Amino acid sequence: MNMKINLAGVELKNPVMTASGTFGSGEEYGEWVDLNRLGAVVTKGVANVPWPGNPTPRIAEVYGGMLNAIGLQNPGIDLFARRDIPFLKQYSAKVVVNVCGKTVEDYLEVVERLAHEPVDLLEINISCPNVKEGGIAFGQNPKAVEDITRQVKGHAKQPVIMKLSPNVTDIALMAKAAEAGGADALSLINTLTGMKIDINRRTFALANKTGGMSGPAVKPVALRMVYQAVQAVSIPVIGMGGIATAEDALEFLMAGATAVSVGTANFFNPYATVEILEGIESYMQKNHVEDIREIIGCVK
Amino acid sequence: MENTKTEKAGKKKLTARVILQEALATDVFSMWIEAKEVARTAKPGQFLSLYTKDASRLLPRPISICEADPDLGRLRVVYRVAGAGTEEFSHCRAGDAITVMGPLGNGFPFKRAEGKRALLVGGGIGIPPMLGLAKAREGENLVVLGFRDQLFLHSEFQPYGKVYVATEDGSAGTRGNVLDLMEGAGLTADVIYACGPTPMLRAVKAYAARHGMECWLSLEEKMACGIGACLACVCNSREVDSHSNVHNKRICKDGPVFLAQEVEL
Repeated sequence: MNMKINLAGVELKNPVMTASGTFGSGEEYGEWVDLNRLGAVVTKGVANVPWPGNPTPRIAEVYGGMLNAIGLQNPGIDLFARRDIPFLKQYSAKVVVNVCGKTVEDYLEVVERLAHEPVDLLEINISCPNVKEGGIAFGQNPKAVEDITRQVKGHAKQPVIMKLSPNVTDIALMAKAAEAGGADALSLINTLTGMKIDINRRTFALANKTGGMSGPAVKPVALRMVYQAVQAVSIPVIGMGGIATAEDALEFLMAGATAVSVGTANFFNPYATVEILEGIESYMQKNHVEDIREIIGCVK
Repeated sequence: MENTKTEKAGKKKLTARVILQEALATDVFSMWIEAKEVARTAKPGQFLSLYTKDASRLLPRPISICEADPDLGRLRVVYRVAGAGTEEFSHCRAGDAITVMGPLGNGFPFKRAEGKRALLVGGGIGIPPMLGLAKAREGENLVVLGFRDQLFLHSEFQPYGKVYVATEDGSAGTRGNVLDLMEGAGLTADVIYACGPTPMLRAVKAYAARHGMECWLSLEEKMACGIGACLACVCNSREVDSHSNVHNKRICKDGPVFLAQEVEL
């Protein structure tokens, strides 16, 4: 049975990845799952300098999901390169470093810094809804998406995945813009902007007022957008958004995602990644699927 | 580092069995659960993540361990019903299954104060972890408990130290909060351990500083993962933290117990 997939020229042993920001750099989940089992680990976003993130409360539970406004807290590329990359290199999972920034220069500094690191792919976060200047400013306008993609591509040594925001009118337009800028792959969706009010305290549940919604409740929206992006471009698409079970992952693969990322599910089930991988394998056995690629995009 | 290894060996997610559920006060419940592998390694000040059965409520609820009985493989949580999740827990009956993850976080580093006099300060639903600490500690305990009105757990502390009670409405003990009581009675010790609402912890920290006492505080914050990955439950640290590389520490993983001077409240 073949589980291998090719993601922008990089071979993953299987299509199960982690969604940025839900898995740290793997260390915490290494106590629960064997990181060698995963196709790739996608790190939490890293910037050129350390970011303190937002005030607390940073999360709130909502029906079937959660809101977060962590604010891209990260230790900065120096400590990250010294500590997190060597940690991940102990395992056979491919290493995808998610990059965030407030200006184009911030992104380019991190991308250049990673050029000489043993990193397999870069994922560029242009879709964080929780940081004013960062991310989303680049992700909601097709011209800006194309521009930043082109600039990153001009400096990157590794294949570049652009992570798209679902908070747009036409996801296909954004997908095409990233492809036009030279993106090697796309990942979507980032979180959906949302809000919750704490009626007892009569204020916002999150200190940031709004946050990004994730979890099982967003899956139909994510699946629709992944399908539309797959239809719009010829580069591979990594599907994510509410994947908590193998059935969820299979839906994304069938909609055309080359790989899938498990995100919020890690928070409530630290075994989620490996359980999903094993569930995909048993589906394939039961249904006599010899090669995962037979499933990918089988629903047109 | 020693601590980390123990934690790694002990941390589990499993289905536990409810042994006993009792109401202690309005909206305050005590629940004993059987979870052998968790009870074996649990230390005072650590917490559990308890899962609800309704999948629309995704996230586990972090609840402090009141006490553990490693021989019987049981743990006790005393919690306040604050929403639909804890409401569901309060309806659990003996024999019911409940999914738990734990023990999480680091407990009170009480062994280093063996034989010394300690002030154990609990406010409201911050009281429960103090019971396990009082039972485990060797040395004189002065137990200071603050309540709004109804008392709970206070009598269980009696065999383990001198118990002082404060109530906001004055219905029992000193009228006022734990600080009013401590100031009034001039309570001092070699070390303070405290758990309760943030304003209380802030005042306890200042009290300890005024009297030159070592002080350990147990903090809480909204959490998602409970194991240090999501970065939701951070507190501000005085120094740049070695893991985060900013002035933030993770309450779930680096705490929930911190040396008072390490954190800004």
